[in-house]
Amino acid sequence: MDLNHTAEEDALRTEAREWLAAHVPAAPLPSLETAEGFAAHREWEAELYAGRWSAVSWPERFGGRGADIFGWLAFEEEYWAAGAPGRVSQNGISLLAPTLFDHGSEEQRARVLPDMASGAVVWAQAWSEPEAGSDLASLRSRAVRADGGWLLSGQKTWSSRAAFADRAFGIFRTEPAAPRPHQGLTYLMFDLRAPGVTVRPIGRLDGRPAFAELFLDKVFVPDEDVIGEPGQGWRIAMSTTGNERGLTLRSPGRFLAAADRLVRLWRERGEDRGASDRVADAVIGARAYQLFTYAGASRFAAGGEMGAESSLNKLFWSEYDIELHETALELLGPEGELSRSPDGWAEGYVFALAGPVYAGTNEIQRDIVAERLLGLPKGRR
Amino acid sequence: MRFLPTAEQRDFTRSLDALLTASDTPSAVRAWSAGDHGPGRTLWARLADAGVFALAAPETQDGMGRLPVELALAHRELGRHAVPGPLVETAAATALLSHLADAGDPAPAKRLLPGLLTGETVVTLGVPEGGGYVLDAEGADVVLVVTGADGAAPGSGPELRLAPGHGPVHPSLDPARRLARPDPGGELLAAGPPLAGAVGCAVRWARLAAAAQAVGVAEELLRRTVAYVKQRTQFGVPIGSFQAVKHRLADTLLAVEFARPLVYGAALTLAPGDLAAAKAAAGEAAYTAARAALQLHGAIGYTEELDLSLWLRKARPLRDAWGTPARCRAEVLAAYV
Repeated sequence: MDLNHTAEEDALRTEAREWLAAHVPAAPLPSLETAEGFAAHREWEAELYAGRWSAVSWPERFGGRGADIFGWLAFEEEYWAAGAPGRVSQNGISLLAPTLFDHGSEEQRARVLPDMASGAVVWAQAWSEPEAGSDLASLRSRAVRADGGWLLSGQKTWSSRAAFADRAFGIFRTEPAAPRPHQGLTYLMFDLRAPGVTVRPIGRLDGRPAFAELFLDKVFVPDEDVIGEPGQGWRIAMSTTGNERGLTLRSPGRFLAAADRLVRLWRERGEDRGASDRVADAVIGARAYQLFTYAGASRFAAGGEMGAESSLNKLFWSEYDIELHETALELLGPEGELSRSPDGWAEGYVFALAGPVYAGTNEIQRDIVAERLLGLPKGRR
Repeated sequence: MRFLPTAEQRDFTRSLDALLTASDTPSAVRAWSAGDHGPGRTLWARLADAGVFALAAPETQDGMGRLPVELALAHRELGRHAVPGPLVETAAATALLSHLADAGDPAPAKRLLPGLLTGETVVTLGVPEGGGYVLDAEGADVVLVVTGADGAAPGSGPELRLAPGHGPVHPSLDPARRLARPDPGGELLAAGPPLAGAVGCAVRWARLAAAAQAVGVAEELLRRTVAYVKQRTQFGVPIGSFQAVKHRLADTLLAVEFARPLVYGAALTLAPGDLAAAKAAAGEAAYTAARAALQLHGAIGYTEELDLSLWLRKARPLRDAWGTPARCRAEVLAAYV
């Protein structure tokens, strides 16, 4: 058992640190949930891509560095420690890209990935529907066969990034007569500016249009944008949602950096004794998450799979994120209420509140943990 | 990086598990709680043969060579099987004596370590932060006491003494933990600055051993509770199919799964902040598991006849021994750079 990094990983870490020190914008970018901020973050993605830092774990032919999971973790630690901006391309990079690597064609990878990595095309996810949230298999939007492709109709909602993004991915019902709800679904990519698409931005708790409703009326999708075989969408999507809950969405680097900021705030505020246990728990939690991830990555590197443990991961970070931000607000006292202050704690708090709700609610995650990791019987929900 | 036990480490753990499974530890715990140390001493002899007491001493002192990861793995098994006795104190005493020897004072190690490593001598150790009590003084052959490390007169360092005897034995929340105050005085074994460093090492190894045991206790409480809720029925179905039950156990698993890597990580770095973090998280996980186990077993869990009680009552004292979570949290912040 060891925690040693290879010379290669250390070299990647050093190179990343130096590059980030020279390139991270001095002032925070405007919120990526505004048109202005979205554009600024897109430029940042282009800059990352030019330095080959936008997707370090991808093969070099798509603009990556072919780093393994430990190299990726090292990069993430440096990225967040450097105070670099949030990633506007995260939906594409953490959800769609792994799906393309596992289920897409080489033609799709070559066509989609470089533009994703450079920020030229920003992707929105289109999973949920008005009647299909955690019970995703009950979705109703459909794709009907057409000449050379499919016609999409229906409604998607809570579509992250869709207010400003270029394209989206999701699953659609292609065999309405299939005997079970998760059969006869097809995974495909579509253009948010195609004829028949109406995007209605939805204001979030913080008032910003971070997600949107999509109304689809016979939107044409060519066959080349179907991922995997038609009808296999559920199986393909499940491998993607595992990524979403797992470490790709919330790398430990993010929380190590956040805990660091919290300790600094605590010291600046005179080491408030009333909050010190919670500050310590933030430090302990970030370290626990880092080491839990290292253990999972070690299993993964040794040929294991990321299975239901991604649900443990999601439960941990989503609750941790709220605790951390609540503690910061407590330390800030009356200033904690100032919702768009430059330190970002209040905004981060509002964002953290969504954690237990999205990517599969925490109630569903606890069911998964209980049934698949503890072997408890299924029951009424 | 390979942050997973090696094949050798897994084999070591498996053989220890097999040894303890075959040893009827519940009877040994119950006897120990009643003041009969015989079955417990037999168990200790087997553990010594397996090398468990030699993991905190270097090979130059006839140990297995300071192996904190193996010590953590072993103590997790000891916790899973609720082995009684001053196990954490033994690890701490071994670390103390061997580091004292490294620091230029080899006499106490020469005298005490051989018996300790072979399990022939059962040792216990009290330090000032233990509140003046020592675990299992009446079952031990040697009672070591460190005094004066905290709050001593200016200029005077700590002292290590052999206690001449002990006062009445007090029951603990865990009947298998038997506490007594050592009598004052006794032979002076060591004093001064080298001892202060060695005591610091002892506390660190004690934290690691106690944290690892707490993880083992949590795992066993969870395992037994999961088995119980699968077979216990109410309203015509296993109670383990109720969402409230499932969610409580999922949260317990969460606590255990995130405490365990902290313990292994602390074993690899032996950094004070990491050790304090591991002890705090593991102690809380054990206590969380104990609360869930009692609630989900219901009244049968509140009886001492069920073996569950052996782990249930261990969780809280283990959580607080060698550094309460509050104290450990303070040390996490003190060590944070």
